[in-house]
Amino acid sequence: MLELMYSEHCSYKSSRPILKILPKEGPRVLVGPGYDAGIVDIGNGYVVAFKIESHNHPSAIDPYNGAATGIGGIVRDILCTNCRPVALLDSLRFGPPRKGRTKWLLKYVVKGISDYGNRIGVPTVAGEVEFDESFETNCLVNVACVGIGRKDSVVLARMDRPGDYIVLMGSSTGRDGIHGVTFASKAITAESEEERPSVQIGDPFMKKVIIEATLEAVATGFVTGLKDLGGAGLTCALSEMAFKGGTGAEVELDRVHLREEGMTPYEIMLSESQERMLFVVKPEGLEGVLEVFRRWGLPHSVIGRVTEGEEVVVRYGGEVVARLPARLLADAPIVRRRARRPRWLAKMLRIPKPKEPKDLGRALARMLSSPNIASKEPIYSQYDHEVGIRTVVKPGDGDAAVLRLLEDPRAIAVKADCNSRHCLLDPFNGHAGAAAESARNVVAVGAEPIAAVDCCNFGNPERPEVFWQFSEGIKGLSFMLRGLGIPCVGGNVSFYNEDERSGRAVNPTTVVVMLGLIEDLDWVTTMAFKEHGDEIFAIGRTYPEMGGSEYYHWIHGICGGRPPRARPERERASMAVVKEAIREGLIDAAHDCSKGGLAVALAIMALKGGLGADVDLKRVPRSGVGRLDELLFSESYARFIVSARPGAARGLKALARRHGAIVSKLGRVVDSPDLSLRFGERVVRCGIGELGRAWGESMRRYLGEL
Amino acid sequence: MRIAVLRFPGSNCELDTLYVLRRVLGVDADLVWHEAFDRSGYDAVILPGGFSYGDYLRAGTIAAHSPAMGEVRSMADEGKPVIGICNGFQILTEAGLLPGALLRNEGLNFVCRWVSLRVESNKSALTWLLPKGAIIRLPIAHAEGRYVNERRAIKELWRNGQVILTYVDESGKPTPGANPNGSMDNIAGICNEWGNVVGLMPHPERGSERILSPFGSEDGLMLFESMISFKDGRDGRCGSI
Repeated sequence: MLELMYSEHCSYKSSRPILKILPKEGPRVLVGPGYDAGIVDIGNGYVVAFKIESHNHPSAIDPYNGAATGIGGIVRDILCTNCRPVALLDSLRFGPPRKGRTKWLLKYVVKGISDYGNRIGVPTVAGEVEFDESFETNCLVNVACVGIGRKDSVVLARMDRPGDYIVLMGSSTGRDGIHGVTFASKAITAESEEERPSVQIGDPFMKKVIIEATLEAVATGFVTGLKDLGGAGLTCALSEMAFKGGTGAEVELDRVHLREEGMTPYEIMLSESQERMLFVVKPEGLEGVLEVFRRWGLPHSVIGRVTEGEEVVVRYGGEVVARLPARLLADAPIVRRRARRPRWLAKMLRIPKPKEPKDLGRALARMLSSPNIASKEPIYSQYDHEVGIRTVVKPGDGDAAVLRLLEDPRAIAVKADCNSRHCLLDPFNGHAGAAAESARNVVAVGAEPIAAVDCCNFGNPERPEVFWQFSEGIKGLSFMLRGLGIPCVGGNVSFYNEDERSGRAVNPTTVVVMLGLIEDLDWVTTMAFKEHGDEIFAIGRTYPEMGGSEYYHWIHGICGGRPPRARPERERASMAVVKEAIREGLIDAAHDCSKGGLAVALAIMALKGGLGADVDLKRVPRSGVGRLDELLFSESYARFIVSARPGAARGLKALARRHGAIVSKLGRVVDSPDLSLRFGERVVRCGIGELGRAWGESMRRYLGEL
Repeated sequence: MRIAVLRFPGSNCELDTLYVLRRVLGVDADLVWHEAFDRSGYDAVILPGGFSYGDYLRAGTIAAHSPAMGEVRSMADEGKPVIGICNGFQILTEAGLLPGALLRNEGLNFVCRWVSLRVESNKSALTWLLPKGAIIRLPIAHAEGRYVNERRAIKELWRNGQVILTYVDESGKPTPGANPNGSMDNIAGICNEWGNVVGLMPHPERGSERILSPFGSEDGLMLFESMISFKDGRDGRCGSI
């Protein structure tokens, strides 16, 4: 049992000292890192619980079941705070889309998410997909779940009342997934295929029933603690809950409902069978809670009671088979790792600039067909993103998903982001950029960013280069979150994402999920240009920051150069302008500039609106930009494009002055089907139809549907 | 008017449907556990969307054998509105209350998107307030929505006005491109001969509020309002108004 609890997956033995630097405090934070999910107070008596988790290793071996059980696990984490899961987000990363392995992984990961997520009635509302050579062997599958609940009925994963009953509910316990967490803490090797039995199989129907039965059971008022069984099964759940509540526990394994005969106590304690929850119930309410389980047809067993003291006592056949102090199990020692800046990095940063293509219009069309930019409609149309009737801004329509609260006339916004190439070339600035981009995205739909959770995906932390990436990354993330005043309320760390044969690690990738609050439904904003005659504005300054850009990679086949610098004060200023402009009703569309820069942002706003645009690039606020391709495709942070009815310029300028931001009018929306970007004599002109085909059909081609 | 919204294990649109009935339309509606359904006191019943029993075996087939279906059948015989949405439609065909079957989508994938639909008949409890030929917009979300039946039976459905909704393009034509799942004749919804038993794949409960619609539409409401004012299907009074 100790091996399991000390595995990286459960104990964060390498990462804890680094993660400590993230900001965790804030007036809205109800529960921060350390519990199953972060919980944020959104006022009016309601809370939002959210969390993100990786399911990389299982998905790389068995993409369908790996991705599906990834959802299962994260949904349980939200559920056990007694919040109803209302949204899922997936951040997926694969190798080059033309590779057979990528096609296989992509198809079955998406199918796994679709089959599982759709069946449990939780909409998949947002996410991201990134393709890069570094993810060819080790794909990344990060799943986030968001739940909404009442502040006065939040339940925590702890047992603090000796005498309460411990009830195991849900699927029977079998031999599946034993040692899943030790598997997840190793690199993928040729032998990994043989570890397929370590991947659990999910049952979405059971999960859906568990969701409803759990919420109903807790509504009886007699449930004092609740935790899902995930990695390391009963062992982890019992010791963590007892440790957090300062109590002990006594359980009889003979009572656990089993899937197969002859399981040893060791196997029962370590089984990672899916779809199981551990309830702690007041004695006077036990019968009522069990009645709920019976009605929903859910198997359950009362396996023990909470005790005084600090020991977890495990009995089997009348004998004590294990006696462990809760502290020892849940409080793993810390390992200090060495960090060293990789030697190869300096060379990558100093690559020569590529030649500027003659036809930048063609380059723009090609950019839109890049798998990292192209419309992901063929993917998200396989996810039910409408169930729950909360989804106000749907996938593809805005920078973030917007979900209304059915409970009062407000909404929340959520988005997950990371640009892993920026993170590879400069972990500090790249990670800061991930935090900033996710915040910009929720601001663009009309929200105030209020909290974040993160999911770190790295190679083997025993290698000093990887550990350097990790520690620099977290420093950058912390730098930006502190600069923006946003707390990080939870997270997940996945190490050992590397191919042992080639020794190649994944790009350092910390996905940031941002939660925003929209106090008034009138503020909800999408990215499509709305009306011909609207004026187009750029907010924020463009620098010649081309390193790690999609343009370098997709058009020129290079991964190198210095990526954009993180500038928290500029981010704050740009975001403040957009936020207030939306509230004052000044603008009718907003989109942040990220992958593909200004030109791609303008093109997508035009495509979504079915309108053209006439833009004078000389008016783009910039500094040190000497080439037109750099102006078009630089991925500098802290920038937005917005459109407004004529007459909004004065208001926007006033906001910019107040917040120390830069706003400049670039041109206007036109009803001819052309996007024309002028720079003096030079004009980049593209037909909206051509751009639309490039953007809209590309993913279908990669999925083999065209 | 009192409406029962049935809940099977695995249903997942029951709360959404209840929300629209109660909070948007302001009618009396109850969430009813499938084992506890007693039709007395109810004027209509809705079988909501979702994945009853996980859609194991075949979509809707296990729920079609639930004890609740006896009561549902009696309501159908009494001429009361019996509405199956998405999985509910699958349950009604599996139970033999509606003809034909719903198979795996032609493209094999789950499809979630907004579609345009043409009202082909106002004989049914859901469409009798709508003009024939009207174009409405609702979202679909299903993996098994391809309506099939014998060619002869489909002809019969058309002749009797039992085809109520078809998938159409922007201009109102039932083109192959507008067909999201390969349904025969682009069929999205049908009713029984009396018009009181109705099944459809699109989700009216997801298209009943402007804030949820990319088109600012609320067409789902008209379908529910039809159902609410539909009195009795047996004498055919509500057909062809």
